[in-house]
Amino acid sequence: MKILVIEDDREAAEYLKKALAEAGHTAHVAFDGEEGFALAAQGDYDILVVDRMLPRRDGLSVIAELRARGVGTPVLILSALGEVDDRVTGLRAGGDDYLTKPYAFSELLARIEVLDRRTGGKEVETHYRVGDLELDRLSHTVKRAGQEIPLQPREFRLLEYLMRHAGQVVTRTMLLENVWDYHFDPQTNVIDVHVSRLRGKIEKGFGAPVLHTVRGAGYMLKAG
Amino acid sequence: MRLPAVMKTTAARLSALFLILFALCAAVLIAYMSSLSVRMLTSQTQDTIMAEMQGLDDAYRRGGLPTLVRVVEVRSRQPGANLYLIADPNGRILTGNVESIEPGVLEVEGWTQKPFAYRRYGDSDSARRALRGEGAGGAPAGETRHHALALVLRLPNGMILLVGRDLGEPEQLRGIVNHALLLAFAMMGVGALLIWFFVGRHALKRIDAVSEASRRIMGGDLSGRLPVTGSGDEFDRLSENLNVMLARIARLNEGLKEVSGNIAHDLKTPLTRLRNRAEAALAGKPRTADYRAALEAAIAESDQLIRTFNAILMISRLEAGYSAEQTAPVDLAAIVADVVELYEPLAEEVGVALAVGEVAAATLDANRELVGQALSNVVDNAIKYAAGSGEAPAVTVSLIRAGGDLVLEVADNGPGVPPEDLDRVTERFVRLERSRSQPGSGLGLSLTRAVMEFHGGRLELSAQNPGLSVGMIFPGDSKRHGDT
Repeated sequence: MKILVIEDDREAAEYLKKALAEAGHTAHVAFDGEEGFALAAQGDYDILVVDRMLPRRDGLSVIAELRARGVGTPVLILSALGEVDDRVTGLRAGGDDYLTKPYAFSELLARIEVLDRRTGGKEVETHYRVGDLELDRLSHTVKRAGQEIPLQPREFRLLEYLMRHAGQVVTRTMLLENVWDYHFDPQTNVIDVHVSRLRGKIEKGFGAPVLHTVRGAGYMLKAG
Repeated sequence: MRLPAVMKTTAARLSALFLILFALCAAVLIAYMSSLSVRMLTSQTQDTIMAEMQGLDDAYRRGGLPTLVRVVEVRSRQPGANLYLIADPNGRILTGNVESIEPGVLEVEGWTQKPFAYRRYGDSDSARRALRGEGAGGAPAGETRHHALALVLRLPNGMILLVGRDLGEPEQLRGIVNHALLLAFAMMGVGALLIWFFVGRHALKRIDAVSEASRRIMGGDLSGRLPVTGSGDEFDRLSENLNVMLARIARLNEGLKEVSGNIAHDLKTPLTRLRNRAEAALAGKPRTADYRAALEAAIAESDQLIRTFNAILMISRLEAGYSAEQTAPVDLAAIVADVVELYEPLAEEVGVALAVGEVAAATLDANRELVGQALSNVVDNAIKYAAGSGEAPAVTVSLIRAGGDLVLEVADNGPGVPPEDLDRVTERFVRLERSRSQPGSGLGLSLTRAVMEFHGGRLELSAQNPGLSVGMIFPGDSKRHGDT
């Protein structure tokens, strides 16, 4: 994946570049808004990671102008701000996701990969299959090895999100945001308990585990 | 010269102002009154003269000049008579009770335009002399000179008839009025002095006392209070209000000190641990696994620190007012369902029965994210404290209407909070001694309180038996939508 990081803190930017490279991505770095805009506008990037507060040109105005010029590259906004209204204005300006500094790199990576997949053409499907686990959105049923598993509505949505992003790391905050539609940081391991409950339903009595815990990052649904 | 210094005091300026205002008002009033009474008296006099003249005119028509002269002579002799005078066409006095008259009066027919001087028969000799002495020159002057108002009529045969009345009464009145005016001014002067004395010596002394006390307090003695006399007047009210303000400042100051202490504890402790772990990892010859463990612990520690900082930041942003445009109609019952659903598995895991009590249908203008976060903080706390205490730990979340208010209530049957600490637990960083070991930033309830205040509501804690009940109160006047 080719990523452009627009971030004025050189140390943070270089760290991101290195860490993204280790995760198998190519990252370019721009240190101010103008430079970032020029690079992004030429545009063969898969993802833009944009800091909100940039010298020479504000991050939001970079995004807004890119969008106005028809550049649809997914944007992850980074910000030291981080209240509800900041996120709302960021997303309104054309950002696709919002991450508050300081962040865990694993969180950033997970979000970048989800963003990329989304533009990679993987639309919301009506039927998902991971190994012998199946989920059908129309009939609202979940089956494993052909056997129907009854789920609570929220468990169904949780599994649906995990299956839609099968093979990708999904963090706890991503789950809270996408399954519960709340954007705060849960104080305790509320999400973990939900996941382990779901895991009990879809794994107990069925051979291989499919719902894996990724240490220090989150969860991943993967066959085998 | 001391006057400018004196005039600098409010009392002197007020007294001077009052004096001037009083004097102006009094002068206007007196002038009006006196001119009114003079006018009334004059018009009465004119009426009397008119009637006399009518009578004399009738007598003249009846019997000609001789009858007129006779009537005039009879009337002249009556006690307290008016002025009567008959003169020949040249102005020589023929009969009547007027001995001499200011020249020129008889030449103009009709009402005399202004009071004139005259002498009546029987006035003292000295006065007569004075009048005569002045007689040729101009206006006669003298102590017993009288002023009068008169009507002059020229009879068909050229004779002049004058009927008049002495103006002694209106003149006397003017004298009384002038006297009263003078007296009033004198009394007002004394009054102004009294006002100056009272306001200056008494009231302003208290202002000085207040400013003296506030200077002392500004000097750093926050325990100082302004003097209150107990009379309940404006100065007392002012002092009382300022004292309340001072008490509040002192309390905030106290809180600030406590917060600094707690920040020191809550932020320094994890920072110290962080540093110790890094140091321990560097010391000796650890294996890679030890490094890994140390780094993971460091990350966990910094995550907790970040969480604490985020909470502090959010609280201060909420307290600073935040952007109110971020509110929209929100279904509170749905938030209750969301949060309970979110925490239900966790509660079950730690053996707490999380239940939904009575839930009223209510939609109001709020920020869903904030209210959700606030409620989840409270529920999180309640589960934490209820867990492991008592026989059947339980937490109940309900949405009730109390009076006009909407109350999101979270009740647990945990150990509760000692009554004396109820007010303190929502303060920043306050964690009661025995809960210091519990995980959390100690900011959960403070954040909830900030969220409630942002919504114009409040957070109320009350002791249950056993346990604690936390009420998030949305006031009744907040905008509601689609109430059922």
